[in-house]
Amino acid sequence: MDIKSIKSQFPIFKNKINGKPLIYLDNANSSQKPERVIDRISKFYSKEFSNIGRSVHTLAVTATNRFEETRDLVKKYINAKAREEIIFTKNATEGMNLVASTYGEKFINKGDEILITELEHHANYVPWHFLRQKKGAVIKFAKCNDKGEVEIDEIKKLITNKTKIIGITHLSNVTGAILPVKKIVDLAKTKKIPVLVDGCQGAPHLKLDMQELDCDFYAMSCHKMYGPTGVGILYAKKEWIDQLPPYQGGGGMIEDVKKDNITFSGSPTKYEAGTLQTAEVVGFSESIRFIQDVGIKNIMQHEKEITEYGVQELKKNNSVKIIGDPKNRGSIISFTIKGIHPHDIATILDEDGVAIRAGHHCCQILHEKIGVTATARASLGVYNSKEDIDVLSNAIKKCNKIFNK
Amino acid sequence: MDLKELYQEIILDHGKNPRNKKKCKDFNKHAEGHNPLCGDKVHVFLKLNREKKVEDISFEGEGCAISIASASIMTETIKGKEFNIAKKILEDFLNMLKEGSKLKIKSLSEDQNTTMMSLSGVKQFPMRVKCATLAWHTFMHAAEEKKETANTEKVDG
Repeated sequence: MDIKSIKSQFPIFKNKINGKPLIYLDNANSSQKPERVIDRISKFYSKEFSNIGRSVHTLAVTATNRFEETRDLVKKYINAKAREEIIFTKNATEGMNLVASTYGEKFINKGDEILITELEHHANYVPWHFLRQKKGAVIKFAKCNDKGEVEIDEIKKLITNKTKIIGITHLSNVTGAILPVKKIVDLAKTKKIPVLVDGCQGAPHLKLDMQELDCDFYAMSCHKMYGPTGVGILYAKKEWIDQLPPYQGGGGMIEDVKKDNITFSGSPTKYEAGTLQTAEVVGFSESIRFIQDVGIKNIMQHEKEITEYGVQELKKNNSVKIIGDPKNRGSIISFTIKGIHPHDIATILDEDGVAIRAGHHCCQILHEKIGVTATARASLGVYNSKEDIDVLSNAIKKCNKIFNK
Repeated sequence: MDLKELYQEIILDHGKNPRNKKKCKDFNKHAEGHNPLCGDKVHVFLKLNREKKVEDISFEGEGCAISIASASIMTETIKGKEFNIAKKILEDFLNMLKEGSKLKIKSLSEDQNTTMMSLSGVKQFPMRVKCATLAWHTFMHAAEEKKETANTEKVDG
């Protein structure tokens, strides 16, 4: 893979950060955008823009077509069975809230159990907490082991006849562990429990096949997939979209409105009330094409190589402690440095143009378990190279120097 | 931006060897502070006597070098001061971090002045200002016996 040519497609790297080349290692937070995505949005606004799905004029037809073509592209990319199973949301968080709210309203009652894991991002915990408060549901946490993984047995142990839904991350945004989602879905299926997968970290870095995985819901965050902000995708099996109540009410999601009654449209527009982030959705089509052009298998292979190199280099520094040691690691390396708070690490690294994230990464449950309030996290993307890791390692040595002089 | 101005010798020293990092004896007021963005927490203990003088002040907590150093410097600066003076020091400190203004208060020793000024470099790092102000806001919560936790997201600065 020609990283230089890939990197050159991302205009952000032409900028200097504090006078240094940008080493962007905050991809789990959000990824940078290739020029073709930026151009697509600009072209859409310059030449094709109109609101979609409402008017009959030429522009409305063009805009609607571009928007719906993206739905088809996504359907194909994640190998969903039907285009109706692709719902555009404002982000993955909204997708997960949508599931918790609508599924919860219909199927979760007092004493029912929701099974999630200790690795979950707040986006796959807080929406369930609302149900705990509103309906008296019980939330159970499958334990993560000292390698930062959740094993299938931990899930198995907690399933009871009251378990109504399982919510799991595909790839932990802190430990980098790739969870055995297929096995968990298969297990859940034998008990007829639906599974929601938080695919925020999985979707940008792993090959997706919804029909093979066979989960019930899969939430994606487009801005982490080299796409625009403001767009998320919720994959939901059609049988669920048909059964579940609407989420938000408004224009576009109705079938017929009378003073005494309202009926709702079918999937997917039932969950797409109001004017959506049209230009961003159209722009996202170019993100998918970018990933397809590079090839997800190539991306996976490349990121694996750089991540392994990163782990190996960071381990050479005795003051660095890597959080978790999963057998199956995505492109995420969280770490702490003895005697230096992660926020100080992030500030010092920033001076060298190295962008990482420091904090609890919206995973306070996990951080409490590890026994720290914060960690530093380097997360890689398609444009990162071994040289980036070298700059990172040197910048970490600078932290040691400042704090241990 | 200059890292050297942020991580000055005085700050690194207070960060590594914080003063008054304990629960002080006979405290009669206390409050907790929280920075929800990074998860840092601080607990300030205060002994305010009848004449409204800060007889003793201490803190416990976890955080970055900036927040620990700032808490440590705060306890050293405020200890022994009248509450009204302490309040003025706090105002001065916040103005220094937000507006970049010099300390106006006259009742600080030269040493105290230099130590406080060592935190002025934080202004250049807007994302870190809240690290430096957490303990100070918490001190006010303790003094004014506010029931809720001091929260850097709910105060101005």
